[in-house]
Amino acid sequence: MSSIVNIKGLSKVYSGGHQALSTVDLDINEGEILALLGPNGAGKTTLISIICGIVSASSGTVTVAEHDIINDYRITRNMIGLVPQELTLGAFDTVWNTVNFSRGLFGKKANPAYLEQLLKELSLWDKKDNELRQLSGGMKRRVLIAKALSHEPRILFLDEPTAGVDVELRQDMWKMVRRLNESGVTIILTTHYIEEAEEIADRVGIINQGELLLVDDKQCLMQKLGKKQLLIELKQSIDKIPAGLEAFNLESSADGNQLTYTYDPDVERTGITALLKSLNEVGIVLKDLQTSQSSLEEIFVRLVNTR
Amino acid sequence: MINYQAIRVIYKYEMLRAWHTLLQTIASPVISTSLYFVVFGAAIGSRIEEIEGVSYAVFIVPGLVMLSLLTQSISNASFGIFFPKFTGSIYEVMSAPISFFEIVVGYVGAAASKSLILGTIILLTANLFVDLNIAHPFVMVLFLVLTCISFALFGFIIGLWATNFEKLQLIPMLVITPLVFLGGSFYSVNMLPPAWQTVTLFNPVLYLISGFRWSFFEVADVSVGVSLAMICLFLLVCLVLVWWMFKTGYRLKQ
Repeated sequence: MSSIVNIKGLSKVYSGGHQALSTVDLDINEGEILALLGPNGAGKTTLISIICGIVSASSGTVTVAEHDIINDYRITRNMIGLVPQELTLGAFDTVWNTVNFSRGLFGKKANPAYLEQLLKELSLWDKKDNELRQLSGGMKRRVLIAKALSHEPRILFLDEPTAGVDVELRQDMWKMVRRLNESGVTIILTTHYIEEAEEIADRVGIINQGELLLVDDKQCLMQKLGKKQLLIELKQSIDKIPAGLEAFNLESSADGNQLTYTYDPDVERTGITALLKSLNEVGIVLKDLQTSQSSLEEIFVRLVNTR
Repeated sequence: MINYQAIRVIYKYEMLRAWHTLLQTIASPVISTSLYFVVFGAAIGSRIEEIEGVSYAVFIVPGLVMLSLLTQSISNASFGIFFPKFTGSIYEVMSAPISFFEIVVGYVGAAASKSLILGTIILLTANLFVDLNIAHPFVMVLFLVLTCISFALFGFIIGLWATNFEKLQLIPMLVITPLVFLGGSFYSVNMLPPAWQTVTLFNPVLYLISGFRWSFFEVADVSVGVSLAMICLFLLVCLVLVWWMFKTGYRLKQ
């Protein structure tokens, strides 16, 4: 897969002295869904805003399809659609006028048929003559998406798209994101909800305090960093872990009915066979066995905390 | 390559905004102009002698037009760019493939067009009250157009600069209105004591009104050439200021 957005050594220090980004390097692949994960104030919005031309970088370069975002801004911005985090819309324009305005701003000729289809897809068609101030929060979010897509971008940035959004809209949105992605649109979304990244993204980048801690395939990431746990249910509860099992660092549940063994699934010897043998030797009778893998959330918390 | 579509949609959007606030944009200046005519023209004006051969009611017409033109150009253009900044929807203009030049042409062009229409309406209204003879129609239109453009630009600068509604009103209220009133809208500078005449020469609006009035009656406080030069200078200063603001991303880009 070739990369469509290249970010090199990108830093941003705001005029107040706040370092929002420190030397971020990132390649975004064409056609992927990349989730940028990080707590509030991590620098996600700053990163997106620089690529879209709303904030200027302190140092570093960004190219989109090999065009510099500053020198060739007309070319790069044409390829990009942005759905901002805040519900930043005018008040007195109608839905129809505002999407036409957006399309025109990007230098595209009017195309009522395309915009009609777009509004229908976003369940906005029957609201097309409503003024923006009359719309609910969810509807405003849909309008922002319609505006971002009005000029048929190749790359779509969604900044915290599901903040304050109900279940229905969230599902609609993910359906739309997948469909766009299938049609070849590269999608970059920021979120602080880990389930979201886990659910939809191909790759996940983790940002904290302006640093891009890592970017990896979601699967690889979970494999690489994900410890597995073996849950052992016991036939009879135990008061304490019997002698001879110290080497396994077992944790017992409060009621003494369950033991948990944490291991790394990728090493040669996981220690499971030895553990089962030892359990047998000390006379513990097993009822059930179960393994579980740590979620992205646990990986995330671990990464953010270790820094 | 120029993004004509973008200029077109911004211009159209701004013109449409006036359409929605038709009462405020058109009716209010027409009503206030009529009021000025009733008060200064008919009531007070009838007791004032002619100024350099022109009856007072007629004499104040150019000043009245300028008064509305200046305030409306500024408020229109400043609000046009301030409101998207206020709601945050400016992000879209910032992230669109559009240059500062195109943004200015769109917003300022629309504001200037609206003022131009307004100026014409006021002149037509004035014509209902008094008989207007325009000595130099071409020069009059030139002054009208230059004033609309340069003060729309100035309003645009205020709109960019303002961070809240109070600041938006500040300069029009504290600077422009006094300058217009003291710039000879309602009197000839010759009517002032000599000391004040000198002070008035530092008021840029004087040159505008004087030049504009000359195009009607061939009566002026300062020569037309100086008037034209002054308005061009003001236009240039505004252009440089806007260019600098976009270049540095002042109040727009962090």
